[in-house]
Amino acid sequence: MTATPLRVLYCNCTYANVVPKATKEKVLRELAASGIPFDAVPDLCELSAKRDPCLKELAGEGGVKIVACYPRAVKWLFSAAGAKLPEDGVEILNMRTETAEDVLKKVFAEGTP
Amino acid sequence: MSMTLPLPTAAPVSAAFRVALFEGTGAETLEPQTRGELLTDLLTKGFPVSVVKAGANVAETSSGTLVVLGCFNEAKPDRAESSTGVAVHFRDVRNTNAVDVVALVDAIRSEANLPKPGAWKPWFPVIDYDRCTNCMQCLSFCLFDVYGVDADKKIQVQNNNKCKTDCPACSRVCPEVAILFPKYRHGPINGDIVSEDDMRRENMKVDISALLGGDIYQALRDRSAKFKSRFSKERDADKALEERTKCLTKLGQQLDIPAEVFASLPSFDQIRTKAAEAAAKAQAALEMQDKN
Repeated sequence: MTATPLRVLYCNCTYANVVPKATKEKVLRELAASGIPFDAVPDLCELSAKRDPCLKELAGEGGVKIVACYPRAVKWLFSAAGAKLPEDGVEILNMRTETAEDVLKKVFAEGTP
Repeated sequence: MSMTLPLPTAAPVSAAFRVALFEGTGAETLEPQTRGELLTDLLTKGFPVSVVKAGANVAETSSGTLVVLGCFNEAKPDRAESSTGVAVHFRDVRNTNAVDVVALVDAIRSEANLPKPGAWKPWFPVIDYDRCTNCMQCLSFCLFDVYGVDADKKIQVQNNNKCKTDCPACSRVCPEVAILFPKYRHGPINGDIVSEDDMRRENMKVDISALLGGDIYQALRDRSAKFKSRFSKERDADKALEERTKCLTKLGQQLDIPAEVFASLPSFDQIRTKAAEAAAKAQAALEMQDKN
């Protein structure tokens, strides 16, 4: 387990219906109920398109679990905004293909991604 | 400030706007349901939110505007400035419902002259540079000036706001499956893993690319001339419109291109000019690559 507590970043994919609604709602609900600190963004695509500087802060220096969609898409969305994700220490969980239960299990699992 | 917010390090950028649900030192812990409702409503309205606890490990805010919401034990100033220039707005949200909290946050956004989030569906191509070979097919193909090259003649998305919503056509001409549209329904365009089958299909797409990149214009012109001649004899404008609609519908279905994209296409002459310009740009970039 890493000395630095892991960060969690959740993307709500607000502007499209491609992430199953039930999945994202359950994941957000459970994250909120857990009481852990975490970052949540309405839509990574929008932040990337705007090259929002907060993406750099969200990418950080690793030690982050990103709850969003396909890892390939997430990686290049950050990159397109000039906020490259670190090579190590990033785990991307895909709400388009995984169940809410599986995503949550991985979010709350201990250890460096 | 005396609060233990994980604030600021870098230069201010006015575009950044974030919200913190603060439950650290000097503030009460929110009820889980309240926290959930606030998060849901703020995210739905397009605001990035961090749940902040004492000693919290969340992303720092280094620029722009930060709205700190909480049930504070002491009165806070409405507005303060962090040591690195972040404009920090405090709002006590005790006994305030989620809808009103969103309104408070939106008022601060408006005061800061920041654009309303969600005004544009973020639909644009994202390049997977692990796969991209800089072949310039996308640049040659796109008629809407979405693509360009950087100083090193490397392909890049330069005008993502010019991309036509829900149109993934350029990703279909990419021979390397290197163009993603994360909000597309199907893989691998949505970022899903690229399979061998996908690559086989991509090899076929090169032919489509050739067709769309050049010959299609001649084909459409020939077709247009042919039907113009026929319709001029028949003098049936309705039939012409029906034929045009059929043709565009078929092409749209095959490539999953929305009708709006066809509606916004320039005239044949403009297409010819744009295609020639794009091809010249791509050619110049390719020649530069060869030289290097």
